[in-house]
Amino acid sequence: MEMIPLIGELLIGIIILAGALLGVLSAFGLIRLPDVYLRSHAATKSATLGVLLILTGAFLYFAFYLDHISAKLLLGIVFVFITGPVAGHLNARAAYRSGVALWERSVQDDLKPALKKSRKEKH
Amino acid sequence: MSLQILLNLIIAFVWMFLNNEWSFLSFTVGYIIGIILIGLLRRFWPYDFYMLKVWAVIKLLLLFLKELMISSFTVIGQIIRPKLAIRPGIFAYTTELESDWEITVLSCLICLTPGTLTLDIAKNGRTLYIHAMDIEDAEIISLQIKQTFEKAIMEVTR
Repeated sequence: MEMIPLIGELLIGIIILAGALLGVLSAFGLIRLPDVYLRSHAATKSATLGVLLILTGAFLYFAFYLDHISAKLLLGIVFVFITGPVAGHLNARAAYRSGVALWERSVQDDLKPALKKSRKEKH
Repeated sequence: MSLQILLNLIIAFVWMFLNNEWSFLSFTVGYIIGIILIGLLRRFWPYDFYMLKVWAVIKLLLLFLKELMISSFTVIGQIIRPKLAIRPGIFAYTTELESDWEITVLSCLICLTPGTLTLDIAKNGRTLYIHAMDIEDAEIISLQIKQTFEKAIMEVTR
């Protein structure tokens, strides 16, 4: 009987710790990676998953130990999950359109000719 | 499809009326009976049974979660590698999906797959420009997009 709360606590602890670690690692990625597009890779994926894990851990803790089903946390999970990738996409798109250069070791750029063509058609 | 859901709700309410019991439990029982009835009578509908769509949506959500897991661990793996061994680039990908809704879901999925990020969508709405962390994988990535994501999205929308 005493084992179950212990295992539950351990599990929730591991979930929250994993989320925090993912957050730290993606912050490290922001420092390490060379250009804005690669940085937004790190920021959209790992940070989103980190926040999701922390929120899930908090939700499980409230549900099992305080007998409180927090619908706000569930809504928060859904919102972060939907808006994370969209924010990453919009940041990268705005950066590209305003002419931020790719990293010099990038090998391929299909967007540049297409963008040039569509701008020429507009004028 | 919405007509089937409405009919299912009506069956659930009729069940509650028949039992004269107004609780969540009897609503659930009535709803399950409605699902079974509509499933049995599905050949009279001009379109598919709606639970198939619900199942496809659940599968798509699970795919989202799985891709999010895989991709964040791939990105972490690239970040903590002592020497940066990535060759980023942008490649164009032509999709077969048509409506705005489908393409939005597809580009969200691409943003969450390992090493890819949607950068721009062409005016015609058919070509996606994707920034990949490792351009050597571009072929594999586009094959994967074609085979798994587009198929999963099409199952939901048509």
